[in-house]
Amino acid sequence: MAVTVRIPTPLQRLTNGQAEVQCDGSTVSDLLLDLEKRYPGIKERICDEQGKLRRFVNIFVNEEDIRFMQGDQTAVKSGDEVSIIPAIAGG
Amino acid sequence: MSFSKEQIQRYSRQLLLPEIGVKGQEKLQQSSVLIVGAGGLGCPAALYLAAAGVGKLGIIDREAVALSNLHRQILYGIEDVGRLKSDAAKQRLSRLNPDVEVAAIHGSLQAETVLDFVRGYDLVLDGSDNVATRYLVNDACVLAEVPLVYGGVVGFRGQVMVIRPRQSACFRCVFPEPPAAGEIPSCQEAGVLGAAAGLIGSLMAHEALKALLGIGEGLANRLLVFEGLASRWRDVPVRRDPACAVCGDAPTIRQPVAIEHPVCVEVQQEGAWPRSR
Repeated sequence: MAVTVRIPTPLQRLTNGQAEVQCDGSTVSDLLLDLEKRYPGIKERICDEQGKLRRFVNIFVNEEDIRFMQGDQTAVKSGDEVSIIPAIAGG
Repeated sequence: MSFSKEQIQRYSRQLLLPEIGVKGQEKLQQSSVLIVGAGGLGCPAALYLAAAGVGKLGIIDREAVALSNLHRQILYGIEDVGRLKSDAAKQRLSRLNPDVEVAAIHGSLQAETVLDFVRGYDLVLDGSDNVATRYLVNDACVLAEVPLVYGGVVGFRGQVMVIRPRQSACFRCVFPEPPAAGEIPSCQEAGVLGAAAGLIGSLMAHEALKALLGIGEGLANRLLVFEGLASRWRDVPVRRDPACAVCGDAPTIRQPVAIEHPVCVEVQQEGAWPRSR
C-alpha cells in the first residue's frame, strides 16, 4: 500500500502521462523524494533550489493544505491522497 | 419596480425559478458587476450576466481584438478584428440586452485608482490574463470589501473560487506570493482550448449571479479545479490564512500595490511549467 499522488496536467509528461501515481514515504518531504526517484526532474518543478515549495504551488493531503498542517513535514500514511495544485493566471 | 411585457418574456425562464422570481430579477437589475478582462473568461461571463439582466456591467480591457482571439472570445466576430475589445464588447452586449447599462473602459487597472474603481460595483469578476492583475484585483477587492469571483484557465484546465473579503480565503491566502516572471504560463504561451475557457467563464458568471441573488452555496473557501483532459472536477477546501499579507490578522498590504510582472514572457520550449534555473 502506498500514498496516491495526483499530478497536475503540465507535470504529467514527467510521469508518462499518468494523472495519479503511487509513492512511499511517511512525510510529504519523503514523498517528494520518492516521487523524484521514480520520475526524475519532477521535484524541481514543485520545489525551489532550497527545497521550499514554489510560491504558486500548493500541496493538499486529503484535501487539506499542508501550509496549515506541518508543511513538508506533514505526516502521510498508506491510503492518503496527495494533490499538487498550481495557480492558474490565464484568462 | 415593474417589468415591461417584453422584460417578463425575456426573463420568463429564470423568473420561473423559485430561487429567483420577480424579487430576484429586481435584485439583478439593481446590481453591478465589474468584469476585468474581456478575453476567454470575460466574454462568456459577460454574455451570461448581460443576458440574465444584471443592471450595470463595467468591462475593462486594454487590448484590441485579434484573429487569434476568436477561437475562444465569443463576444467578437471577424468584423471586430482590430477594434478595441471594450468597444466591441459593449456593442455586442447592448445588442443582446438593451436593459443593461454597459460601461466600456479601455485600459488596465492601476494601483492608484483600483480601489475607487472596484468600490463602484457590487461584485468583481476577474477574467484577466496576467499575474500582476490577479494580485492587484484580489488586494483591491479585499481592501474595498467587494466580493470577487476568481477564475483562471490554461490549456485544458481551470480553477474557480469565490472570495468573500475577510470572511473566506482570498487568492493570496491560497497562493501567498506571485510567481516570478515566467514561472507560470499564460494562454498566449501555453495555449488554451476555447471550450475550457467557456466552461470556466460560464461557471464564474453562475457564481456571480448566485452571489448577487444571495442564493445557494457559493465557492467561498473552495477552490474548484477542472482537469479537462481527464474530465474531472475537484473541490478543494481552502481557508483564510491568519498570516495572509492582505486579509490576515496583521496585514502588511494596506493599499493596492502594483507588482512588477511582465504580461508576456518568451515562450519556453517546455511551455507549461517552470524550468530549473
